[in-house]
Amino acid sequence: MNPSTDEPQLKILCEDINKTFIQKGHIEVPVIRDINLQVAENEFLVVLGPGQCGKSTLLRIIAGLERPDTGYVALDGFPITGPGPDRGVVFQGYMLFAWRTVLGNVEMGLKLRGVPARERRSVARHYIRLVGLEDFENHYPHQLSGGMKQRVGIARAYANSPKVMLLDEPFGQLDAQTRMFMQHETVRIWEQEKRTVIFVTNNIDEALFLADRIILMEGKLPGRIKQEYVVNLPRPRDHEDPGLLKLRTTIAAATELVL
Amino acid sequence: MAYEEVVVKKPLLLRILPFVSVGVFLLLWEWVVVSGIVPSVLLAPPSKVFTLFIDKLSEPNPDGAVLAVHAWTSLQEAFIGYGLSLLVGIPLGLAMGWFKIVEGLARPVFELIRPIPPIAWIPLTVFWFGIGLTGKVFIIWIAGIVPCVINSYVGVRMTQPTLIQMARTYGATDWQIFRQLCIPSALPMVFGALQIALAYCWTNLVGAELLAADTGLGYLITMGGRLGRPDIVVLGMVSVGISGAILGFIIDCLEKKLLAGIRR
Repeated sequence: MNPSTDEPQLKILCEDINKTFIQKGHIEVPVIRDINLQVAENEFLVVLGPGQCGKSTLLRIIAGLERPDTGYVALDGFPITGPGPDRGVVFQGYMLFAWRTVLGNVEMGLKLRGVPARERRSVARHYIRLVGLEDFENHYPHQLSGGMKQRVGIARAYANSPKVMLLDEPFGQLDAQTRMFMQHETVRIWEQEKRTVIFVTNNIDEALFLADRIILMEGKLPGRIKQEYVVNLPRPRDHEDPGLLKLRTTIAAATELVL
Repeated sequence: MAYEEVVVKKPLLLRILPFVSVGVFLLLWEWVVVSGIVPSVLLAPPSKVFTLFIDKLSEPNPDGAVLAVHAWTSLQEAFIGYGLSLLVGIPLGLAMGWFKIVEGLARPVFELIRPIPPIAWIPLTVFWFGIGLTGKVFIIWIAGIVPCVINSYVGVRMTQPTLIQMARTYGATDWQIFRQLCIPSALPMVFGALQIALAYCWTNLVGAELLAADTGLGYLITMGGRLGRPDIVVLGMVSVGISGAILGFIIDCLEKKLLAGIRR
């Protein structure tokens, strides 16, 4: 929070994170190994890797939903010990409350924290407008398309005014066209309401379109960081942009599995 | 895009089929008795049952009460027992699904009592309460509570784990998660229990009345048997069937209304 320095503020710090899952009571599956990661304030970081590379586990550790076996995770210098409203999570499945309207879903987090009805309503409406669902606030999830459902998920995460947004393959269930459209929307929303974002995906084009910086994971367990790429291109980006295509070739070459 | 629900009307043939099937069934039944294939001392034809039904609306003999009194007795017992089983079973099942302490305490006892058929309690209830209302209410309560507990328990257990995690990322407490997440997502299962428990209650009510009663539809059936009157037996059975179906229909309507807002 010091505007006089050019150094971007450090938001998330991961040091030497290791995590092993125990399967069927005794089989040890190392999931992530020696992860060191720093994320700056308002940086859009994409974690790129194929399925089963530990990238979701990394996100869940930062969310506080999993505890690392060893290592240190901190937000703004304070260690992360559990889930909390300062980190908004958007899950892969839509994970909406089927019995609540769009408005009810978006204001859920605020309601759980005891924010008075009028205030949470106005906050919720603000973010519903931000994601472009203002005409649907009284609809139930089953009346919405996949893309709209995930907009609700994004609005709901934003409504808690988290310091960090954690998105776990949020568009994985959408069709290709809707997915591309949602990527544009993500950039638009993020530019309007800047946040530190960690976005997990298995899609190289999605990563290139969104990221300030891409963390490429190794294609197998245990998950390690293989490479890091800075994407220094103006937004909104064009998938055909030569600079972007060049970087795509480089990343694809570094990837042992086809992403 | 959001959509409106569209109601597709069933073709005429499909809509009249239920009436056709009931009609054919009644005609066949009448025919097998009237033609003598089945002797009339063993089975009464529907026409005779209907005549008896008209008679029994005002005639208390030979079993001691008019039909409405029998039906009212049974309904009263069923409603009190059913209501009590919902009242105790649903909260118990919900709590068992979420709170480990409640599960640990209640589940072993419940699992021990569950396999005992409710009818097996009849002798004890006769010792305790005689053959009046209370004993039968107890039997029905035992019958109804089982599906209430199981469905509510399973309903809570089936709450999406990711939804629970999501609520935790919002800093929700255990109690908040139980109230605002587990209970609403268990509701469809709980509503299912309303129907199942009703069916359990109704069948066990008739069973209880067969053995220990002085009025009620089950008692009417027993008396018909003792008097060698198949028409009374059949009238009792039909009354049980029809009133059970009506109750089921009412609960079904209630369930649809309640579920309308939370359908996926």
